[in-house]
Amino acid sequence: MATQRTQLPKSPTGILGLDEITGGGLPKGRPTLICGSAGCGKTLLAMEFLVRGAIQFNEPGVFMAFEETVEELTQNVASLGFDLNDLAKHKKIALDFVYIERSEIEETGEYDLEGLFIRLGHAIDSTHAKRVVLDTIESIFSGLPNPLILRSELRRLFRWLKEKGVTAIITGERGDETLTRQGLEEYVSDCVIVLDHRVTAQASTRRLRIVKYRGSMHGTNEYPFLIDESGISILPVSSLGLEHTTSSERISSGIPRLDAMMGGVGYYRGSSILISGTAGTGKSSFAAHFVDAACRRGERVLYFAFEESANQIMRNMCSIGIDLHPWMQSDLLYIQATRPAFTGLEMHLTMMHKAITVFKPHVVIVDPLNSFVVADNETDVKAMLMRLVDFLKMQQITGLFTSLTAGGDAFEQTDVAISSLIDTWILLRDIELGGERNRGLYVLKSRGMAHSNQIREFLLTNHGVELRDVYVGPSGVLTGSARLAQEAQEQAAQVMRQQEADRKRLELQRKQAQLEAQIAAMRAEFAEQEADLLQNIEQERVRESLLMQEREEMAQSRKADAETNQHKAGMA
Amino acid sequence: MNPKRTRSAPQKAQRDQTEADAWTLRLYVAGQTPKSITAFINLKKICEEHLAGRYQIEVIDLLENPQLARGDQILAIPTLVRKLPVPVRKIIGDLSNTERVLIGLDLLPRT
Repeated sequence: MATQRTQLPKSPTGILGLDEITGGGLPKGRPTLICGSAGCGKTLLAMEFLVRGAIQFNEPGVFMAFEETVEELTQNVASLGFDLNDLAKHKKIALDFVYIERSEIEETGEYDLEGLFIRLGHAIDSTHAKRVVLDTIESIFSGLPNPLILRSELRRLFRWLKEKGVTAIITGERGDETLTRQGLEEYVSDCVIVLDHRVTAQASTRRLRIVKYRGSMHGTNEYPFLIDESGISILPVSSLGLEHTTSSERISSGIPRLDAMMGGVGYYRGSSILISGTAGTGKSSFAAHFVDAACRRGERVLYFAFEESANQIMRNMCSIGIDLHPWMQSDLLYIQATRPAFTGLEMHLTMMHKAITVFKPHVVIVDPLNSFVVADNETDVKAMLMRLVDFLKMQQITGLFTSLTAGGDAFEQTDVAISSLIDTWILLRDIELGGERNRGLYVLKSRGMAHSNQIREFLLTNHGVELRDVYVGPSGVLTGSARLAQEAQEQAAQVMRQQEADRKRLELQRKQAQLEAQIAAMRAEFAEQEADLLQNIEQERVRESLLMQEREEMAQSRKADAETNQHKAGMA
Repeated sequence: MNPKRTRSAPQKAQRDQTEADAWTLRLYVAGQTPKSITAFINLKKICEEHLAGRYQIEVIDLLENPQLARGDQILAIPTLVRKLPVPVRKIIGDLSNTERVLIGLDLLPRT
C-alpha cells in the first residue's frame, strides 16, 4: 500500500523566514506557545501573525491583550504600517484588553474563568476568527488568586481553543528554570518557540528557536531575527547542504596583472574571495578595483562598509584613480555603511541578508569583515560568515571580503577560522626590508585554478594598483628601494658586462691585427729571403751559364783541338 | 427582586451617609450553574444582613449578553462588582466566605 505522508495542516504566518523554518507555518487549529524574556518581540511576532493572517490569508483574528491597552497596541504596531483601527472596523481583527488589578479583587470562594471564555468566544464568533492571540495570559496568575483553579482553567482554555479550531498563539514570559514562569509549556505542547534577546559585547541580538513542533519537521537552530520598519524578518540560512551550483565563469579582479596571476582570467563567479592584510596594505583598494570592474560589466554591487562612510570611500578611491561616483548615480553600486557596534552580529547578518534580498546584487563586498570581532566572538563571526557565504553562494553572488589581520607573524593564523570557507584568498602584507615598508601580495590559495605562487610587490599609484616585477634577493623578495637598488645593480652589471664584452672584442681585434702584422712581417721576411734566394739562384744560374759560355768559348777558342780531335777521329 | 430605593438628592453634609446609602451591586454569572446560584443566595443573605433596604442587585448572565463582559473586565465567574459606592470593587467566587465578602465590600475593615 502506497503510504502518502500527510503533512500536518499549517497556518502560514507570512513572516519573512518563519514559514521556512517551520515548514509552512504554525500548526493549524492548535495553540503555539511563544516565550521569551521581556522585550524580545513576543507581542510583535504574535501581532504580525494576526495582521498578516487577516490581510494576506483572509483569516480574521482576535488579539486578547493582558498587558497593553488597545490604544497602546494600536500605536505600537502603527509604526510597522499596521492599521489596527481599520482592520477592527472591517471586523478583520478584534482587540480586547483584559485588565486585572489584584488590589481590586477579593476572592470569596470557588470561581472559574468562564468570563474569559465568553469574552473570547464572543470575539471569535463576531469576527469569524481563525487565529487567536493571548498576550500574555500568564499575567492572570498575578492578577487572580488561587493558582490551582487557574491552572485547571488554563488547561480547559487550551482544550477549548483546540475544539474551536483556531490557530492560537499564547505568549509567556520566560521563567528562571522553565520556559515560562507558570510552566505553560506543560499545557501547550504542540509547538513551542523561544525568543531570546542577548547582549554580548554591548550589542544585542534577537534569536528565535523552535523548541518543539509536534508532528512536523522544523529547523532546530537558533535563528537571528530582526525587527524593523517592515516587521519581523528571520534569517533562515544556517547549516545548509553544500549543494549550490557552481559557475565556471571567470570575472576579472579589475587588476590585469592580478588576473594574470590567476590563470589570466581572475576570480570565479559566485566564489568567495578574501583579501586579508595588515593595516594600510590596500585591501579596500583591491575591493574598489573589483567594484569598478563589476560595474563596468554592468553588474550590480552591494558594498557593506563598516569602517568608512560611503563618501569617504569614494573620495579615497578617487585618489587612486577609481571613480565610483558614476556607478552610484546609475544605481549599480550601493554602499551601505554601518558601524559594527551598531547592533549585534546576527543583526548585521540579518540586515545584510535583507539588503541583499532587496538589492539583488551580483557582487557583494564586505569591508572589513573582522571589524565585528570584538573580544572573543571569533567563533560567532565565523558562524556568521559561514551563513553569509552560504547565502551568497546559493544566490550565485560573488562575495569579496576584506579582513584586517593583526601585525606580527600571525598573518595566516588569525584568518584560519574562516579560511576553509574562502575560495580565493589573497594575502596582502607589508614587507619590511632595508628600513622601509612596502606592499606585497600573494595568492595564498585559489580553488580550482592555477595560480602564481610568487610574492609580488604592488604599488598604489594614482591610476590604481600596479603589480611590479619580482626581484628575489637573498633574503626574499625585494621591494621598494631595495628593488630599485637591485634594478640599478642589475643595470650596472649589465653595463659592465657590455663593457667587458666590448673590451674583449677590441682585444680580439687587436690580437688579430697583431697576428696579421706578424704574418705580414713574416711574409715580408719570407719575401726578402725569397728574393735573396731567387737572386742567389739566378746568380748561380747566371754563373753556371757564364761558366758554360766560358767553357764553350774556351772550346771555340780551342777549335783546332776539337777539329783535330774530329779529324783524328776521321782519319782513324 | 430587591427593594429598590430611590436616592434622595445627596447633601454635602450627608455625604458619608449618602455614599453608604446607595449600593449598586452587579453579579455576573454564566448560566444557571451551581456556583452562580450559590453566589446569588450568598449575596442576597449578606445584603439583607448588612445593607437592608439600601442596595440594588443586578444579575447579568453573560451567556445572554456576552458583550457585557468587556465593560466591567470580567474574567472570573461569578464576579460581584460594586459599582456604587465608588471605588469599584470586584469580588470573585461564590461568595461563600462571608468575611471576605464583607472585607471586599468595605463593610469590614481590612486587617
